[in-house]
Amino acid sequence: MTLATALKTGDLTKLPSRRDEDWRWTDLRGLIRAVPPASPQASVAPGGPFADLGGDELAVVNGRTDGLPDLVVEGPAAQLARLRFVSTAAGGGHQARIRISVKPGASLTLLESYEGRAAGYLASADLDISLGEGASVERIVLADDDAEAVSVSTASVNLSPGAAYSQTVMTTGARRQRLETRIAHPGAGATARLDGAYLLSAQRHADLTTAVDHGGLNGATNQLTKGVVRDQARGVFQGRIVVERGADGTDARMRHQALILSERAEVDAKPELLIFADDVQCAHGNTIGALDEEAIFYAMQRGVPAEQARAMLTTAFVGEVIDRIGHDGAREIARAWAEAQLGSL
Amino acid sequence: MLSIQNLHATVADKPILKGLTLDLPAGEVHAIMGPNGAGKSTLSYVLTGREGYEVSEGSATLDGEDLLGLDPSERAARGVFLSFQYPLEIPGVPALTFIRTALNAQRKARGEPEVSAPAFLKQARETAAALKIDFDMLKRSLNVGFSGGEKKRMEIFQMAMLSPRLLILDETDSGLDIDALKIVAAGVNAMRSPGRAMLVITHYQRLLDYIRPDRVHVLSAGRIVASGGPELAHELEREGYDKYGKAA
Repeated sequence: MTLATALKTGDLTKLPSRRDEDWRWTDLRGLIRAVPPASPQASVAPGGPFADLGGDELAVVNGRTDGLPDLVVEGPAAQLARLRFVSTAAGGGHQARIRISVKPGASLTLLESYEGRAAGYLASADLDISLGEGASVERIVLADDDAEAVSVSTASVNLSPGAAYSQTVMTTGARRQRLETRIAHPGAGATARLDGAYLLSAQRHADLTTAVDHGGLNGATNQLTKGVVRDQARGVFQGRIVVERGADGTDARMRHQALILSERAEVDAKPELLIFADDVQCAHGNTIGALDEEAIFYAMQRGVPAEQARAMLTTAFVGEVIDRIGHDGAREIARAWAEAQLGSL
Repeated sequence: MLSIQNLHATVADKPILKGLTLDLPAGEVHAIMGPNGAGKSTLSYVLTGREGYEVSEGSATLDGEDLLGLDPSERAARGVFLSFQYPLEIPGVPALTFIRTALNAQRKARGEPEVSAPAFLKQARETAAALKIDFDMLKRSLNVGFSGGEKKRMEIFQMAMLSPRLLILDETDSGLDIDALKIVAAGVNAMRSPGRAMLVITHYQRLLDYIRPDRVHVLSAGRIVASGGPELAHELEREGYDKYGKAA
């Protein structure tokens, strides 16, 4: 039941629907009424939001990965790769699968972008990311899909003992969009940081779903997701952390906070901690509310005009996610990206 | 400077101020004292334009210009500053960033150029030293995790940095121990000048030992019911507010 399968087979009954528990807020079956034509091959000039940071560029245009080898990272030198998913076919459908293997002890900064350059496409991207023992990956995603697009990205991450994985997924949503991350967490000193931010206006929809499975001793997961929605936009956060029997010493923390700036905007959140081990430290928090009117009055009393006060407080709210990005250059690009987006909200 | 005439105001349709008249000339410090519920905080919010505080009658002008038609930020740009009884926490916005944003917004509203970063930092360092504020504290999110006393000191710091003309101090002594009170009072007194006026709102006389008022007014049930010199504050401390009637 995936968008990729439906696109490959042309069988719309393969689409996830509201009857699937994990997709109840991101119904695709009810939205997609016809199989789209396959998107044509195309090319784009090098670039993307992270272009200034250099590194190798892997551009997947309209789902085509021909000629793109699997990304294998090894050796002691830290590497940086820019992975771009570009959609240029209006109304077309495409899917891609990318494999990334980071060998033991190696280190990768993965800068990923979703760039919608046409209206109303259907795009699916699957990433398989494996980290060897002691490897580290920081993945930073900026998703700028088209307002009428349907876009699903699923990253399946396999951690080895002692590996460190962190990610920050930031999105402006689409007609319907889901950015999902699944982590097989062995414990054994491995750590995962899973952050995200959705900044939505108009009728955009974004779904940040994560599932972490702690299968062994002494693993850590730390998660912070923030959302800002206005107009008739809808944000979805689903975070599931499973601590398997015997995965003692697990430290798992999940936080989701959302600001709703308009009456007709909506946020649906489902934080889940499923704990089958005894000796664990787990916590989750979930708050959804409006901007603090008292804080706005306070800022205005000091001379900050209303609109600027709202923008300042909203930017500060999202800033906590951005501050946690480890890569300096990517952090500042993410900050500017968020400020531009919030400025237009 | 500040002229309030026959001011009536309601909160949630309940009348709180019922014909308050007050003249505060430039260069003077006036204290507003009164029992709980008399309308002291309401007066400070009406003067600063907080939402939910509706003026039904009367006027308030600053140097002849109507205040009540302006939004809170426009009043601030004209020099109105309120030191909050309960200062707000602003997560994610460092104190210095907040104050510089406010200062430049005020300057922009007045048609003045932005203050340069070095000039701002120099002033901030000097002001912080005078108020015994650790400069590193100014890099932290404004008021987040600060003690009650630190928050009050931060209000006075902001006041000094923004250099307002009309200073309203709402229960500034609450939550301060005697040492902090002396520091805060010294900071306030340093701002006394012929071009400024201060309204010191307080329930207790203690603060007025350190910030000496020129005039003391008693606010009860939404009106000024008595006015006098500094000795009035001592009389209130001795005899209480009973003779002025309970708040409505």
